[in-house]
Amino acid sequence: MKQIPHDVFRAVRRIHGGVPVPHQKNTAGCEITRIPTPTQVMLSMRQHIGAPCAPIVKVGERVTVGQKIADTDAFVSAPIHASVSGTVTAIGEHLLPNSIRAGVITIESDGLMTLCPEIAPPIVQNTADFLKAVRESGLVGLGGAGFPTHVKLTVPPEKHVDTLIINAAECEPYITVDYRECLDQSRDLLRGVYLLLEQFNFKRIIIAVEDNKTDVFYHLQKIAQDVRDRTHAVQLMTLKSRYPQGAEKLMIWAALGRKVPVGALPADTGCMVLNVTTVSTLYRYFKTGKPLVSRSLTVDGSAVAEPKNVRAPIGTSVRDILDFCGGLTTEEPYKIIAGGPMMGFALPHADFPTLKQNNAILAFAQGEKFVKPERNCLHCGRCNRACPLSLMPAKAEGALQLGDIDTLRRIGTETCMECGCCAYTCPAGKPLVQHMRLAKEHIQKEATKA
Amino acid sequence: MSKLVTVTAPPHIRAAETSTGVMLDVLIALVPAQIAAVWIFGWRSLIVTLVCIGTALVSEWGIRSLFKKPSTLGDLSAAVTGTLLAFCLPVGVPLWMAALGTAFAIIVVKQFFGGLGHNFANPAIAGRIFLLISFPIALTTWDLPKAAVTTDALTGATPLAILKTGGDAPDWLALLLGQHGGSYGEVCAAALLLGGLYLLCKRIISPIIPLVFIGTVAVGMFLAGGLDAAFAARQVLTGGLLLGAFFMATDYVTSPMTPWGKVLYALGCGGVTLVIRLWGNMPEGVSYAILLMNIATPLLERVTQPKIFGSVKKSQKASKEQES
Repeated sequence: MKQIPHDVFRAVRRIHGGVPVPHQKNTAGCEITRIPTPTQVMLSMRQHIGAPCAPIVKVGERVTVGQKIADTDAFVSAPIHASVSGTVTAIGEHLLPNSIRAGVITIESDGLMTLCPEIAPPIVQNTADFLKAVRESGLVGLGGAGFPTHVKLTVPPEKHVDTLIINAAECEPYITVDYRECLDQSRDLLRGVYLLLEQFNFKRIIIAVEDNKTDVFYHLQKIAQDVRDRTHAVQLMTLKSRYPQGAEKLMIWAALGRKVPVGALPADTGCMVLNVTTVSTLYRYFKTGKPLVSRSLTVDGSAVAEPKNVRAPIGTSVRDILDFCGGLTTEEPYKIIAGGPMMGFALPHADFPTLKQNNAILAFAQGEKFVKPERNCLHCGRCNRACPLSLMPAKAEGALQLGDIDTLRRIGTETCMECGCCAYTCPAGKPLVQHMRLAKEHIQKEATKA
Repeated sequence: MSKLVTVTAPPHIRAAETSTGVMLDVLIALVPAQIAAVWIFGWRSLIVTLVCIGTALVSEWGIRSLFKKPSTLGDLSAAVTGTLLAFCLPVGVPLWMAALGTAFAIIVVKQFFGGLGHNFANPAIAGRIFLLISFPIALTTWDLPKAAVTTDALTGATPLAILKTGGDAPDWLALLLGQHGGSYGEVCAAALLLGGLYLLCKRIISPIIPLVFIGTVAVGMFLAGGLDAAFAARQVLTGGLLLGAFFMATDYVTSPMTPWGKVLYALGCGGVTLVIRLWGNMPEGVSYAILLMNIATPLLERVTQPKIFGSVKKSQKASKEQES
């Protein structure tokens, strides 16, 4: 492996805890290939954190790629655009992988992928125009959380943001789409970085990459010389590879040594974190005016015949994507996961549509069960040591059984970001993330009662 | 693919380490001490260990069947308890007595409280104290090492008892190799250190408890003995301190999981050991010290909870709210 160039900045802090997950970046060498246009897409009305959208098209209506088909007046939300051209065949409801019901628009594709005639690069004269345009792009955080990008970029006037961190940590196992984005779309990425620099006058923009992806540093360095950076604001930074380094708050701690207080936002500590693919997609939108209608996904796992990185229209069914990758190697897979193996959602079947924030589809065979017999908690404290936030997940189970809200609060349940380090490391095989989720729900229920 | 596939909460991958693996590592770490015991005291030591392990497994299986609970023999924790209890007995202990102590440890101390993870005291320690109180003579009759047995002396005092009365303890090599009277699993300091090192290297135990526990006893004895380093070193190498500090005080279930909790707990263990050894009417106090600190564990854990990342102190929070 190549050495990291010496002029790359080093992280200023190391995160507490975390776990040494197996990297499994098997698809690192696979360029992103476009899947053939699916016959049908299903676009969920909940593809982001915040308010769900409402359809603005009718059954039977013809739509074109990039045409807005759903929107809402709520600020924390992002509009949804048709990802294929064709006819709206149904508007109904479906169940999301996290068991929440949401509206869904089904579009039968005509196979032509006709672009919406209204698409044109947005005209930007001031920051308000810029933010409005970002909202119209339907862009959300493509790293997995799906937070609407325009909300992130909207900084209240009393807060001063001096640093932008571009998150290319990609610390979840298997996933390599951000890595590919850095290599194959590095020009778009850097132009996106300069676009943001121009708009927001950041003092520093840090592109943070884990130290197991050395070629990214060389590549970005080489490309960076093409685009002029007069103020030397844009810097590359290496982070020690450790899961969950890419979590927003931990990223800020590692890169800047700033702690985001519990309940506060990154803007409170003067910084902003954007995923690398989000930034390059943002640039492409401002160049072409084409909103977010497709995204890249890593397809991997022991049950996938040909692991690949693919680009698929949003709303393509998991089955279509798996079929493009040679289908499954087994009749009865053990698990199908939307997202990474640490934080992704397990799907009960392959007919779920992909969402904007899905960055991977993983399928595992029966042989690879990754389960341990569940035994009594040993009280060993590994969960506490692995927790990057120093919470005590081991205490949640007992407190839940007792309905002990005080203890649930004391161990920091509400701060938990469900990164899964505790359950990963637990020798007794406890479903600790599930306990923490139940505990959160319990606290919320109790709060609404009072 | 027609059937539905498994759905669980994340994470969907897990580290390979299991509870059984942890217990197996503890058993492996105890092997050197058993080999040393056979070398020093003969094959009877192995028989006592096997009787204790056997009783532990049978008691665990029996009581769980009686309670109509699933068997937990597979986690090996009963085997660990049996071995640890055996190691703090004299080699000449009647076998029925060893079995009785083990059954008490497993049934009363461990399973009555809900089994592994729920017991408030270390079962091996509690079992030993139960035996010591019930059968004080048998439990303090120390057979001499095979090499030291003469025609008219089969048993003798332990080095700790000799130290207490101000006599001459065995020389360094004998202390390190365990060529002196005492519980058969506790005598060989070298074997215990080897096992402790194994647990530390495999990251099964944290170094905090053994270091602070042994450190407290060493420093305390050094001061109490009139700045006599040799006296302090003898105190560390003899009695149950090494077995206790590496294998018993570090028991996950009955020690705090927080780093500062571990420090306080080990300080307490060391402190109580010092008090009993220096001023108590017994030569040895390690097991009582650990038992007492076991009881304090939930409290220590509560007052030493690590600071949550990004948590704001109450006073700061209040002042911030006033500002805004």
